[in-house]
Amino acid sequence: MTLTVFYLLSALSVFSGLMVVLSRKAVHSVLYLVFCFFTIAGHYLMLNAQFLAAVHVIVYAGAIMVLFLFVIMMLNLNLAAEAQKTPWIKISAVILSGLMLLVLVASVKGAEELSAAQPQNDIGLVKNIGNILFDKYLLPFELISLLLLSAMVGAVLMGRKEPQPQNE
Amino acid sequence: MDTTEFLIKLILVISVFGISLLIAMYSTYAERKVAAFLQDRLGPNRAGPFGILQPVADGVKMFMKEEIIPANADKFLFIAGPSLMMLTACMTGVVIPWGGELTIGRNTFNLQITDVNIGLLYIFGVVSIGVYGIMIGAWASNNKYSLMGGLRASSQMISYELAMGISIIALVMTTGTLSTKEIVEQQSSWHWNILYQPLGFLIFLVCAFAETNRTPFDLPECETELIGGFHTEYSSMKLGFYLFAEYINMFISSAILATLYFGGYNFPFIESWGLSPNAVTIIGTLLFFGKIFFFIFFFMWVRWTIPRFRYDQLMNLGWKVMIPLALFNLFITGIITLWRNGAF
Repeated sequence: MTLTVFYLLSALSVFSGLMVVLSRKAVHSVLYLVFCFFTIAGHYLMLNAQFLAAVHVIVYAGAIMVLFLFVIMMLNLNLAAEAQKTPWIKISAVILSGLMLLVLVASVKGAEELSAAQPQNDIGLVKNIGNILFDKYLLPFELISLLLLSAMVGAVLMGRKEPQPQNE
Repeated sequence: MDTTEFLIKLILVISVFGISLLIAMYSTYAERKVAAFLQDRLGPNRAGPFGILQPVADGVKMFMKEEIIPANADKFLFIAGPSLMMLTACMTGVVIPWGGELTIGRNTFNLQITDVNIGLLYIFGVVSIGVYGIMIGAWASNNKYSLMGGLRASSQMISYELAMGISIIALVMTTGTLSTKEIVEQQSSWHWNILYQPLGFLIFLVCAFAETNRTPFDLPECETELIGGFHTEYSSMKLGFYLFAEYINMFISSAILATLYFGGYNFPFIESWGLSPNAVTIIGTLLFFGKIFFFIFFFMWVRWTIPRFRYDQLMNLGWKVMIPLALFNLFITGIITLWRNGAF
């Protein structure tokens, strides 16, 4: 039963991940990506990490992807207006993604194999995650919040209107 | 999970679904009656006694109308939009505790479909994906008015989600749990969260209005500027779904408000009446629905009393008033929690 659900979810996430790249319309790509995030949240649920699943849906599907969709709808991308790609761009893109694949394969190849996660473990529940975050990893957690704050200040600074010179 | 438990859950799921639809249906009738009352009119009174069959007539009308899909619309997404809207509207009812425990024979069961320990986060997650129904429908219509309406709706919902989230965090700090069931149980007798989180309740209430796109936040469908807003191109039952989902959302928001801040199925002094546990549960559930109906009435009362905002006013309210207020509330709650735990 669990294995069937796992294969179904995995097939769906791979399918939607592929469709993100293969879709002709940008809006469809975004929606497939949202769907992909949902299947990954399903994987979290199967690992009994309910908190992660909920936060994943809220942050990625509910906030970030909505902003993506927002921007893409505003830009109104279509095939005719797509920027022409020169051969150089295409070749360098192929080389770069090939290198990326190499890095991914190398890192996965070197990884030691873990036994399948026990469904009984409850490390993903709110209480345990909270305890770990605010106890063992307190300093990194606070540093990350500082990093986010500085990124936010930067975004506000870039979005701010330049004061107009008053000399007309 | 054995068969009896499964059957009980199934009955519970179906009845929650049915009750949501029924209440949403009669909310449309109540809305017209409340509007008529506030404007000194009679309201619908032709279909059946007191016009009680009006929602049925409306439903039949919606189904009978010609269904039009615009030629340049994205067909799949055009249909997916209203479907998603209905789906997300119906999903939240799962974690709301509708009542205490009922004992029938030897079986005791909860009047809650599931008590996940992330109940509040689940609600918040469903709320945050609720915006897709509007955005997808608006974009798939291939109409600039629809798109503008959709963009307005989504930016409004994102903006108010933040303040709503922060007010929920303050609530979680006082209750110390994310489970809706435990939150309700902590509010036994008169210990309702409204007394501990008055500012948080106010913020949550305003954000609930914004999330359900009700007046004074109904700019996404502002007729004078945007024709019908995001559902300009919709007709027949797909339009019906959009309109209907708003009423389901209103019902669910009222249920959440009652659960989180008004004690859910709890009521002061109910223990001292000396009733059997089953009777207490049933009265509690009825009182819970009473609270829900009060909030639904409140939604309508506001709709027919207050004019809608201008769009920049709405954004200013969201970002410059609600979020700082919510942060202030969070700060105060944090200090009081520390003080009560003996930190100073």
